[in-house]
Amino acid sequence: MSGGTSESKIMVGGFGGQGVMIIGQLLGYASCEAGKNSLFLPKYGPEQRGGTANCTVTISGEEIGAPSSRKVDVLIALNQPSLDAFAPAVKAGGMLLINTSLCKNIPSRSDIAIYGVDSDDIARETGSPKVANIVVIGAYIEKSKILTEEQIFNAITKKLGRKAELLALNRTALKKGMESVRSLNSPN
Amino acid sequence: MMAAGYKRPESLQKRITGYCPGCMHGQVNKLIAELLDEFGLREKTIGVLPIGCGTLSMMNFNFDLVIATHGRAPAVATGVKRSAPDRFVFTYQGDGDLAAIGLSEIMHCANRGENVTVIFVNNSIYGMTGGQLAPTTLVGQKSTTTVQGRNPKEVGYPMKMCELISQLQAPRYVVRRALDSVPNVIQAKQALKKAFQNQLDGKGFSFVELLSNCPTNWGLSQSESLEWMRANTMKYFPIGDFRNEEAAL
Amino acid sequence: MEKLFMKGNEAIAEAAVRAGCRFFAGYPITPQNEIPEYLSRRLPEVGGAFVQAESEISAINMVYGSAATGTLAMTSSSGPGISLKSEGISSLAGAQLPAVIVNVMRDGPGTGAIQAAQADYLQATRASGHGGFRMIVFAPASVQEAVDLTVKAFECAARDSNPSLVLLDGCIGAMMEPVILPPLKKTERLRYAGAGAKCLNPSGKDVMVVTSTLVRPDFQEVLNKQAAEMYDRWGREDVMAEEYQMEDAEYVVAAYGTSARTAKTAIRELRNEGVRVGLIRPITLYPFPSGAFARLDPHKVKFIMNTEMSIPAQMIDDVRLAVSNRIRVETCCCSGGIMMTNEDVSEALKNLLSQCKEGVE
Repeated sequence: MSGGTSESKIMVGGFGGQGVMIIGQLLGYASCEAGKNSLFLPKYGPEQRGGTANCTVTISGEEIGAPSSRKVDVLIALNQPSLDAFAPAVKAGGMLLINTSLCKNIPSRSDIAIYGVDSDDIARETGSPKVANIVVIGAYIEKSKILTEEQIFNAITKKLGRKAELLALNRTALKKGMESVRSLNSPN
Repeated sequence: MMAAGYKRPESLQKRITGYCPGCMHGQVNKLIAELLDEFGLREKTIGVLPIGCGTLSMMNFNFDLVIATHGRAPAVATGVKRSAPDRFVFTYQGDGDLAAIGLSEIMHCANRGENVTVIFVNNSIYGMTGGQLAPTTLVGQKSTTTVQGRNPKEVGYPMKMCELISQLQAPRYVVRRALDSVPNVIQAKQALKKAFQNQLDGKGFSFVELLSNCPTNWGLSQSESLEWMRANTMKYFPIGDFRNEEAAL
Repeated sequence: MEKLFMKGNEAIAEAAVRAGCRFFAGYPITPQNEIPEYLSRRLPEVGGAFVQAESEISAINMVYGSAATGTLAMTSSSGPGISLKSEGISSLAGAQLPAVIVNVMRDGPGTGAIQAAQADYLQATRASGHGGFRMIVFAPASVQEAVDLTVKAFECAARDSNPSLVLLDGCIGAMMEPVILPPLKKTERLRYAGAGAKCLNPSGKDVMVVTSTLVRPDFQEVLNKQAAEMYDRWGREDVMAEEYQMEDAEYVVAAYGTSARTAKTAIRELRNEGVRVGLIRPITLYPFPSGAFARLDPHKVKFIMNTEMSIPAQMIDDVRLAVSNRIRVETCCCSGGIMMTNEDVSEALKNLLSQCKEGVE
């Protein structure tokens, strides 16, 4: 959507511990494996734990320029502070994916697609609150079609370990995330 | 049988040292060179020299040398030994180099228990720069920056490096000897021999402090300077073993 | 070749190992900590040694000692640590020892901000220590280039028996990108350092003295002249720069590292709007690609916009020297650890364009 290139910039924001960086890194790994250019950039501060965390992933078929832009194509907001802070950064025509388990005040913008996913609730149903970030990735790839379920699942297998029960849990979380938004139309 | 007799060690260059008349640095150079010859280590040795009068030894020694910047010899020796564990590595440092600007480097090299030998020549003064206050200058001893003598209220007391280093757990051998007399020089050579053997046996860090003189900057003749050592230096810095694993075991 | 998705700092560490690096000493400082962490695990696997030093000063002196044994050695830090290492970097140059130093830049002066910045251009290119020596300074703009230039930094260091510097901002150190790694090079001990060392040794045919301590002025001058010739040779043979969209450029962005790749996005956007803008990206900051700027036609190029994550701008001195007042040089800067964005670059350039037009009216 940006400047006539196939480039997509995705920002992920949330609390430390919500798996913000994992979401970004998995999108980056999977894009790399899919033969695309990708760039994962974490924002860091002096604190080691706690506070808010955010990262941006740029995925492109061409050479990636700026690691950091004021505007992004997609915001994945896992908590209310991130949603409030970064929703205005989404470009017109872009996408906003909200963790509705934690975000209650949804911004009213008619120029972007807005989807909600009850990621914490779905994760609990799946068997572990820890897979909420995988649910979110599922919802995102379902709506963006930027990567396939298999591409993400391969990245999960490579990066999060091959333990059978964990893999099964992540697979279920990914599928449930995808299913949860499949029938949703953007409110706009 | 070859006739026994004095012979210039192969580990020394054929030249007169650049040291001042009466200075014991030349003696220390010779002890090291003799021992390297006796151990057959000349071709395996990398000596790490300091900044200070010790630097002048680079003109005297006849084996591989690395000259460190001021105080950093123990760090340089760490890099040498870790990358070339088959080489015999010693540092040669004065009291300004080791106990002032290089205090951090010597303490941490000792604390890591690096398998190197540190030879610390303590003459209680900055020699090469012309006689300024050293961390080891004695109370009341005059220097060009304490012309009334060392006043502990202003600059503290002389630092006892053997005592400090022997508080650490890793060092295997920490001793102080003096170069004031022939018997003590022989004792010093024995200590160096032990320290060298420790490294060859892979035992870790050895530290030999050698109390020495500086006739030029003390303003004394050689014999007066040795007398002064006995009357002052050796009273404050007792010779002895501060860590000796064999003795302890 | 397999593409891996790697963090800049870890990619540099692995590239160093593959380039033959077998010794690393360093001290923790943000934003480069992944380099020592990675090498603490990796170097022992290839028969190398890693030491976490008690200080930056000790770390660079351990590198000096390792290099003296003919080992390819490296240290890394960020600006404040490079300041502390400067004594040892100068000694490496003085003793003619090869080593690679990596500076993952944050902002300054002083302790500054730990976020990405390009605050150490002058330190890197002018004085990473006393005594007037120089180093080849490589400035990567991507993780792949960080890998390639780290390998090149080792090659140049070994070729010249001189330290070389890889200078990147914290963004490239922290970000992850696809990267192809070079094969693991066979290691061999380098010769001992130093022509100066040899001439110091009066008798020795078989012993080597590694030193930057030259007691005779005539020896020192001989070495200084040799070094000056080497720096001139770099200027002829080792200069690296990228020119992007320069064929018809009327406006030129001068930028390196993250600023340069950020400017590329802005240039694509501006080109879509019909603005004829191009980029000159120095890849070696020393030797500086002065020729690329000196060649610019002042009748065609209206201005150069020097773009840096540093306030005040630092590279601008070299750009100005290269164009010798024939072309106006403007700036687009940010600092404090605030990332440059493509919007920043576009807006700054558009502001300058409108000023130009007002000037004409």
